[in-house]
Amino acid sequence: MSLLEISELSKRFGGVVAVDGCSLSVPAGSITGLIGPNGSGKTTVFNLVTGFLPRDGGEIRFKSRSIAGLGPDRVYGLGIGRTFQLARIFPRLTALENMLVPVRRAGFRALLSRGQWGHEKEHAMEMLDFMDISQVAGTLGGALSYGQRKLLELAAVMMARPELVLLDEPAGGVNPALLERIAEHIRQLNGQGVTFLLVEHNMGFVMNLCHEVVVMQQGRVIAKGKPSEIRENPAVLDAYLGA
Amino acid sequence: MSRTVALKALGLVVLAVLALLVPVLAPDPATTNVAVFTMMYVGLATAWNIMGGYTGYISLGHAAFFGFGAYSLGLLLNQLHIAPGYGPFVLVPVAGLLAALLAVGIGWVALRTRAATFVIVTIAFMFMLQLLAENLVKLTGGGAGLSLPYPRDWGGDFFNTPYYYAMLALAVLALVVSWWIRRSKFGLGLLAIRDDEDKALAVGVPTRAFKLTAFVISAGLVGMIGAVYGYYVTFIYPQFVIDPLIGISMVLMVFLGGLGTLSGPVLGAVLLEPAQLQFAYHFGASRLYLVLYSAVFLVVILLMPRGIVPSVADLWHRWRRRRAAGPTATARGPRKAVKAASP
Amino acid sequence: MALVLEAVVLGVLIGGVYALMASGLTLIFGVMRIINVGHGALVILGAYLSFALFRSLHIDPFLTLVVTVPAMFALGVLIQFIFIRPLRTDREALSVLVTYALALGIEGVLGYIFTTNYVELRAWYETASFPIFGFYITWVYVFGFVLCLAVLGALFLMLYRTPFGGAVRATMLNRTAAQLIGVDVDRVSALAFGVGMATAAAGGVVFGLTNAFNPGSHYDLISRLLTIIVLGGLGSLRGAVIAALIMLITTEVAAVLISPVWASFVFFAILVAVLIVRPQGLYGVRVRERI
Repeated sequence: MSLLEISELSKRFGGVVAVDGCSLSVPAGSITGLIGPNGSGKTTVFNLVTGFLPRDGGEIRFKSRSIAGLGPDRVYGLGIGRTFQLARIFPRLTALENMLVPVRRAGFRALLSRGQWGHEKEHAMEMLDFMDISQVAGTLGGALSYGQRKLLELAAVMMARPELVLLDEPAGGVNPALLERIAEHIRQLNGQGVTFLLVEHNMGFVMNLCHEVVVMQQGRVIAKGKPSEIRENPAVLDAYLGA
Repeated sequence: MSRTVALKALGLVVLAVLALLVPVLAPDPATTNVAVFTMMYVGLATAWNIMGGYTGYISLGHAAFFGFGAYSLGLLLNQLHIAPGYGPFVLVPVAGLLAALLAVGIGWVALRTRAATFVIVTIAFMFMLQLLAENLVKLTGGGAGLSLPYPRDWGGDFFNTPYYYAMLALAVLALVVSWWIRRSKFGLGLLAIRDDEDKALAVGVPTRAFKLTAFVISAGLVGMIGAVYGYYVTFIYPQFVIDPLIGISMVLMVFLGGLGTLSGPVLGAVLLEPAQLQFAYHFGASRLYLVLYSAVFLVVILLMPRGIVPSVADLWHRWRRRRAAGPTATARGPRKAVKAASP
Repeated sequence: MALVLEAVVLGVLIGGVYALMASGLTLIFGVMRIINVGHGALVILGAYLSFALFRSLHIDPFLTLVVTVPAMFALGVLIQFIFIRPLRTDREALSVLVTYALALGIEGVLGYIFTTNYVELRAWYETASFPIFGFYITWVYVFGFVLCLAVLGALFLMLYRTPFGGAVRATMLNRTAAQLIGVDVDRVSALAFGVGMATAAAGGVVFGLTNAFNPGSHYDLISRLLTIIVLGGLGSLRGAVIAALIMLITTEVAAVLISPVWASFVFFAILVAVLIVRPQGLYGVRVRERI
């Protein structure tokens, strides 16, 4: 069963067609990679799915329910988390406060609850522990190293227990040791039942980690399959070398 | 840890007792008048900070809600023929509620825009309201002003006292609301909006609802304070209650004390308002007080853009760290550097 | 009907003046990303400078521009260096407060020197008029309009036909990228602020000729100018010009059809209506930083 189903999705920016009838599906429980040359529309797909951009056409279904047209906060509330290129965290909040910002279900409850205490705080500390960054819980986000920010961003997204997480270049700008740590965290979370869709340029990372790989070029899906199949697909080689 | 908590509690109690005793310790009207206005600005700055400080959305038009609160109370008292005395104070929350309702409408439009545009739209709304107050002559009396009931039985030294306690109560209310928001998940969402609004949206913070709620709470508190002010001065004119200078004063106080902090607005108001009254008293006729005011303003923003409280807190932490010293202290080293660099 | 036509013609003529003043303001925003809340006060300052020269030398108010334009340009460069440049963090918010403080300071100084009594610039064309389409137009509006058109034309020529204009436009598009291709952003900012002030001086003369003013007049003026640039879209010169015309024509017509006291209200109401439909203004680009 596929958790996320994108069909015939399209988006234009002025005269430029960024996403052009893109269809893909993310199987529940998988780690799916979305690759393609620069400008092939991968990040735009993320922005369309998470409600940051309005679509021009097509359909997006999450657990068979249409989510097209919902705002980013609603999309997150339904159980789709995302990270950004270049790790975005709240620089003037501490790491722990960063963890407590996410809101799964808004409403008066959320407004009135004292977010900084109680079991949510415990859960946040556990999550920081899991990512091995609990020692910086009291440090301001802006003072963290880039690697710590990447881990914190992922940890914070996990706070509301999303079922699907979209990772935008999880390996971007990260040293090899940390890369292996991030891959391990993703694998463990996946083992707990979280589905991942990730955009990545580091082929080694993608081929090692992903169960499924989807290749995009010029806003369209040109290939999909197991990492081993993708590696030998001539169309994929063309897309990269021709681009 | 527990010792600092105890010290803090003690400090708060001393401050509270002092605040309660002002009319007893210094009963002459000249002093209590200053106290009324100072307490008024403690409340205004604290209320403004809930929106401006926490979310980073600078409103320069909060004088609109101040004036609206004053006019609301005035019209309620006149239409319902409420006798002067303590009765009018009961209607202050109603005036606040009306101001909050107005803020729902204004906020709905103004919060469609971000940062720079928001500032301008709040200014535009303030002038719109001022024009309404001037033009709806039948309702507001227009430029001739609106008079409120005047409590004749309160004479001499006592006259300012009820107003002082009303302002004190509203200032405490604003502080409690601000404190409680800062500690709630809602407040955390507001701070997240200040840091990175799109990222906040991505982790499920309903940013528009949060911003609007903060704006409405802030405006409601300002409206109540405006209502008490209207009753205190008993005669209100469009240019003097919907006064851009009132709007900018609360902003300056917050910046002086420390944007987004709890104690900053209080400190800013206590330092600035008495000085401002002195300026106006001595140099008001020559307009020179505006020059002095502008100078203070420029010095604060150019030399201490983060305000007193964060700057002093930094010094304190640095001093404590140096005292605790040792090689372990380095781990927390970069913290203040980043704090200083953050806007 | 004739009244409405008259209102439209007057709206266009006065709209030209507001277009000039608003262009300076939106140029400053575009280049420096700051809202110059002091712009109104600087226009009034320009008007008072002309008034002082006019009173002491008895020369034609338009001639005073020879002195006031360079003086205001220099003042603008100075303000940018002393007050705006030091703001390194949170420029947008802090610059609003700094320029507001400057406005208060200017208001105070002008009040001290000239008192708060209303004054007016006077000249023969301020009262002489000529007939057209069955009503009379005072010459001052025509002269003011021509002056503003000339300055606006010069501004557009400078922006689109000179290397400096290229640097300005590059800075408006992307400050960091402009820096990377070798634009001295600080110098461009200072000069742009100066140019903005020079337009304020020119606008000030016309404002002073067509309105009685006092040091407090800047509140009303700045609220209108800010409304115009938000309506046009922050940082869009074309938007500022068109918004100024829309606003002034509508207010003049509203003054005739409804009542003069409601004209200004209509002015703000248009802004609200537009913001509900298009939060980014007529020609603005929707700001959505780095999604």
